[in-house]
Amino acid sequence: MTNAESGSPDKEPATADQAARMAVDNTERAEPTSQQPPERPTLGRLFVANLWAANTFTVTLLSLVLAMIVGGILMIVSDPDVLATFSYITARPADALNASWTLVSEAYGNLFKGAVLDPDAVGLTAALSPISETLTYTAPLVFTGLSVALAFRGGLFNIGAQGQATMGVIAAGLAGFLLPLPAGLHLLVAVFAGAVGGAVWGFIPGILKARTGAHEVINTIMLNYVAGYFLVWLIVQNGVQDPNRTNAISRPVDASAQLPRLFGDNLRAHAGIILAVLATWAVAWLLNRSTLGFELRAVGSNPAASRTAGISVTRTYVLVMVFAGALAGLGGSQMVLGTTAAALTPLVVAQIGFDGILVALLGRVKPWGVLLAALLFGALQAGGNRMQSYSGVSLELVTVLQALIVIFIAAPALVKAIFQLRAARAARPQTSLAKGW
Amino acid sequence: MSTMAVDDVAVAPVNEGFWTRARKTGLVLTALGLLAVLLFTTLAASEPARFTLSEDASGAALKINGTVGAALFGVVALAAGVAILAGLPKRWFTLVLGVGLVGFVVSFLCWQVSTAPAGQNFMPLVNIVRGTFILALPLIFGALAGVLCERSGVVNVAIEGQLLMGAFSGALFGSLSGNLWVGLVAAAVGGTFISLLLAVFAIRYLVDQVVMGIVLNLLAVGITGFLYERLMQPDPAKYNSAPHFSNWEIPLLSEIPVLGPALFAGNIFLYLGLLLVLVIHIGLFRTRWGLRTRSVGEHPTAADTLGVRVLRLRYRNVLLAGAVAGIGGASYTLALFSFTKNMIGGKGFIALAALIFGRWSPTGALLAALFFGFADQLATYLSAINSAIPSQFLAMLPYLATILAVAGLVGRVRAPAADGKPYIKG
Repeated sequence: MTNAESGSPDKEPATADQAARMAVDNTERAEPTSQQPPERPTLGRLFVANLWAANTFTVTLLSLVLAMIVGGILMIVSDPDVLATFSYITARPADALNASWTLVSEAYGNLFKGAVLDPDAVGLTAALSPISETLTYTAPLVFTGLSVALAFRGGLFNIGAQGQATMGVIAAGLAGFLLPLPAGLHLLVAVFAGAVGGAVWGFIPGILKARTGAHEVINTIMLNYVAGYFLVWLIVQNGVQDPNRTNAISRPVDASAQLPRLFGDNLRAHAGIILAVLATWAVAWLLNRSTLGFELRAVGSNPAASRTAGISVTRTYVLVMVFAGALAGLGGSQMVLGTTAAALTPLVVAQIGFDGILVALLGRVKPWGVLLAALLFGALQAGGNRMQSYSGVSLELVTVLQALIVIFIAAPALVKAIFQLRAARAARPQTSLAKGW
Repeated sequence: MSTMAVDDVAVAPVNEGFWTRARKTGLVLTALGLLAVLLFTTLAASEPARFTLSEDASGAALKINGTVGAALFGVVALAAGVAILAGLPKRWFTLVLGVGLVGFVVSFLCWQVSTAPAGQNFMPLVNIVRGTFILALPLIFGALAGVLCERSGVVNVAIEGQLLMGAFSGALFGSLSGNLWVGLVAAAVGGTFISLLLAVFAIRYLVDQVVMGIVLNLLAVGITGFLYERLMQPDPAKYNSAPHFSNWEIPLLSEIPVLGPALFAGNIFLYLGLLLVLVIHIGLFRTRWGLRTRSVGEHPTAADTLGVRVLRLRYRNVLLAGAVAGIGGASYTLALFSFTKNMIGGKGFIALAALIFGRWSPTGALLAALFFGFADQLATYLSAINSAIPSQFLAMLPYLATILAVAGLVGRVRAPAADGKPYIKG
């Protein structure tokens, strides 16, 4: 993506970093022409050469491979039966290798079957089921990922997507079972309430950053916990708690406020994924085509220069955080409006806020990249469920895989060194936007 | 994280006219005092509120009528607030602020204890102090790990992961060997493992340190959770039954009323934590290593020019921090509980808050950790006496206090200048 942009002459490099990279690219291109005869390489050869270069796609793919290798090792060392075969590995190495291979390949096979396609599935519903699960997990991650990515582009590190999603889920849930509204309108109001809830929670660190300079990282972390405790308190209040239950669970959201199912009632995929694609498009438009987006990126790359140029940095900070909060709140609202239980519980938002950080980093803080990254994470989550129930491999492995993938893509130099990749053309992800405290 | 010294960020200029930072603080304290005098006094019952000097209702006690106590200490808070508002000399500021805040808390306690159900309207001070220290322990270790890292210029958001990994490997290897000390060393190594990843990626590969910290926390949650479900849950007898350190009573000192039984009859982690505060304080401000660490954290280029090996010092401090945090994690699994999934549960982030609240100094971090531990203990106590205040709101207190602190309402908070900035020699 970066290449295509920096290659076209009508676009200025967005950051100094990009400009530097362009300069490097140009010199690299210039050198061979002066030494070699002007023989144009074929398209096929170019493709192969680029495939093994440290570009974004290759690095991401290899990071996934590396993460799965580490995950496989973790599976082997934590399986006593397989580990037992390693005690006589010098005598019969085939045993140990076979046992390890069976364990790991079966687990990853189930991961794939649960996320994409199960060849043994009979009937349309069963065949669509993995995709439906993947999309269900993807939708909220797109929103939290966009939230983190948008803030990142504005030079702010939003660790508070979790808290903003929590406030979003609270507002959406309350609107969902407290307001008596007709179908259609009710859903709109509930979704909007979720966005407002998140926006309020994003506004606080935004205004504190703008007015006092208080660092948003620490404030958003703290607000995550405040929101979490507020949710726990709220659920057991009269009028919120389900009167038929003794445990901490709220009344269910009215059917009129629930997101419609996409593939019939037996599959969980809901309209949230459509909203997610629309939101991705909207954020991409906001960032790349609107005045606000330009100001936002300018402030993100150099606040001092932006202020000199007449951009109100404080206003931009507040707006960025309000938009980021609203996006996370929308993601949170789906956790109550789009789930089967459709009620608030202490763990209703799961980890979508923290996963959103990983999604944003994996998506190279670009809107469409975030969508793809969320799809990958949603697939891992959906497949992880099947892996847990069929292979007995804990779902926590998915968290490990996700964290490892992001660690590897954050340090492309490491991946490059491991696989001896050709010199980078556009490998460095723009993750280092927030600098220190 | 700095409130004022934000070099690359536009900050609305602070108008230091009449409303100085001190006066704003005084205003807040005055409001708190008014709240105490008006609300707490009205709500308090005219029953005696007893603060017993033991673990239960028996023995000597400080006794005061609930209404009188709430009013009296409320007035103390109010007076302190007004004094600051009126423009107190600077050197008195901290003392008067402290007195005012203590007055507010005691007034609050008089109200709560006096309205507790009959037979429960006493507060066992020994339990409260002991609980405060126990709950503060992981925070102390975590915050010290933060001090070591950040004073040398590496932001440590991975405290949570270091604590968790320490708790896990302490439990695992303590169980496998059946030996406490093996467990303790393993805990330190576990914390160091997370630190090593942080150090290599932040120093060698120049990955953003906050990003790396957040990702490492998730990695630690994932790895420990995965291995817990694969090993510890199926076979807890083999993998999750680490021996626990017993309490050591220090003769003579443990005879001191209230503080003695609470402070000098604890386990090794309590003594180690307090000792580490002292050692790191002296080390940081009185030794060559400390001077170098601070200079690397403030101005690495200057330090490098003078011959300090910046990167090596950073590696060493980050690894040391991991060991300290790892031992802090073991204060759970080798003294109190067996390991459970995600058992640190956000304490690492409160430790980060304590670090900032304590202004990046070991003693400040200790005080902040104790304050947060007290809030935690108070929440437990109040829910035990069926207080009208929901425990969740008390649990929010540390987080809200930290937000106020970094927003500059309490005092100036400034991070080491080079904190979070990778150093590239050149």
